[in-house]
Amino acid sequence: MYKIAVMGDYDSIYGFATLGLAIFATDRKDDDEILRMIRRTADSGFGIIYMTEALMERLGSGLDRYRETVAPAIIAIPGVTGNTGIGVRQVRKSVEQAVGSDILFSDQDKEKEQNS
Amino acid sequence: MATVVNPTRMELTRLKRKLVTAVKGHRLLKNKRDELMRQFLGMVREDMELRVRVEEQIRAANRKFVLAKAGMSEEILQSAMIAPKQEVQLDIAMKNVMSVDVPVYTTKTRTADESDIYPYGFAFTSSDLDGAVRSLSDVLPDMLKLAEVEKSCQLMAAEIEKTRRRVNALEHVIIPETQEGIRYITMKLDENERSTQVRLMKVKDMMLQEAHHYEM
Repeated sequence: MYKIAVMGDYDSIYGFATLGLAIFATDRKDDDEILRMIRRTADSGFGIIYMTEALMERLGSGLDRYRETVAPAIIAIPGVTGNTGIGVRQVRKSVEQAVGSDILFSDQDKEKEQNS
Repeated sequence: MATVVNPTRMELTRLKRKLVTAVKGHRLLKNKRDELMRQFLGMVREDMELRVRVEEQIRAANRKFVLAKAGMSEEILQSAMIAPKQEVQLDIAMKNVMSVDVPVYTTKTRTADESDIYPYGFAFTSSDLDGAVRSLSDVLPDMLKLAEVEKSCQLMAAEIEKTRRRVNALEHVIIPETQEGIRYITMKLDENERSTQVRLMKVKDMMLQEAHHYEM
């Protein structure tokens, strides 16, 4: 049986505790501590780690090693401070990795540019 | 042709066999790549849609939480949240999609009662908090689906990249090199045969000349 974790600043994640997900607040931790914490959670039976986009942005490439393992899946969610767009960027990264270039969502960018 | 091959019949047979295998493998891998790609593209579209929806919902829930927090004191909120009643357990099954093991998540909650997502009494907390918790619990199924699809996409992307590399290596390196090797050996063997032929003819001429004093 696996568990589900939510990581990020306390204000963004405390709500998830009521649903029965494990929350890990990262407010007063530096990057190394957080990465160690992630490794510990990954080893102790967490199948999914939801992570606020702000935190994911902060850790950057430290999370790449979890991309090709089945568990845990590290999934970006928006926090109280809003979106940074890293979640969408991760999806595009997959497309780029598979296809060689971003053929799917580059059209949307063009539309956005035209609209703005 | 960089690599040196021995121009022997044995080597020729070996190379021919290698070429057949390489061509067969190339065709198979190419088909695998195409099918993986087809499935991946469908999945990645779904991923994007889900992501947009989930992000929107979580943002809305976060707004509610901020409002709820504004209406109560910090201590009351913290004590309301301190002991969750509900617990979610996750079961990961594996599904094989074109040799890629992708996860399928199913969840079990510890209690079946829906109202167990409220771990507090209603006396000291604002109704905003109830709404916020409710809206968050509504997103959870979509969030799980998102995790499943997104992880699958990441795993498949890695596999497609690997397969693509293999296809390219076969197509642009292994197969041309083997063909080149086969051509080289065939030419070399033909050349040897011709020179043997010529030598034999020469010898025959010399023998005839010796025996009958023919003049060529």
